[in-house]
Amino acid sequence: MIKVNYFARLRELTGKGEETLDRDSMTVAELLNWAEKSYPGFGADNVQVAVNEEYALKEDVIQSGDVCAFIPPVSGG
Amino acid sequence: MTMKQYEIVETPIEVQKYMDYVLHPSAGAVTVFTGNVREWTHGVKTLYLSYEAYVPMAEKKMAEIGAEMEAKWPGVRVAIAHRIGELQISDIAVVIAVSSPHRKAAYEANEYAIDRIKEVVPIWKKEIWEDGEEWIGAQKKYPEKGVEQK
Repeated sequence: MIKVNYFARLRELTGKGEETLDRDSMTVAELLNWAEKSYPGFGADNVQVAVNEEYALKEDVIQSGDVCAFIPPVSGG
Repeated sequence: MTMKQYEIVETPIEVQKYMDYVLHPSAGAVTVFTGNVREWTHGVKTLYLSYEAYVPMAEKKMAEIGAEMEAKWPGVRVAIAHRIGELQISDIAVVIAVSSPHRKAAYEANEYAIDRIKEVVPIWKKEIWEDGEEWIGAQKKYPEKGVEQK
């Protein structure tokens, strides 16, 4: 099980703050592809993924139990 | 007063707490930056802002920025807070307090902190206008300088 969090534009687009994927492992790129297919307009090209609160690379592998977050372009300050 | 050195808060920011936190006998200078809600951006009038954060990661990233500052400007002491939720015009969204033995490092390190916050800390701002609203950093309605990711 992989937990994913949605924020800001993506939280509104998906209509949820979080959900759980029934997968043992997948790469960050696979997770982004899954999101793009599941939620039209996701805009995965412009979204980073954090795994366990750290920015991850596309080729990084996510394991069951990891907590992921989709990070659209940030705008704090 | 309760506070953390790097924190996301949901209530009005009291600047003095963060100044007091960084002040110590060897500090000859304290710089305090506040980022405030601006009414007009590129000719568009903002009614209020709504900020959201991935709180645990945001606090962790702010602490990392603090560590970067301590490495680049030895002797600085740092405190950073960012507010989330609904903010009205002129409210303080972010405060950065930096002390150092001498002023130059305090100025430079403070500017470094806000630049890095805007690059890497998972916080998002939504502008609410009279005729609409938009998450900033997503699709941009008005021209804006691109944000460089690290």
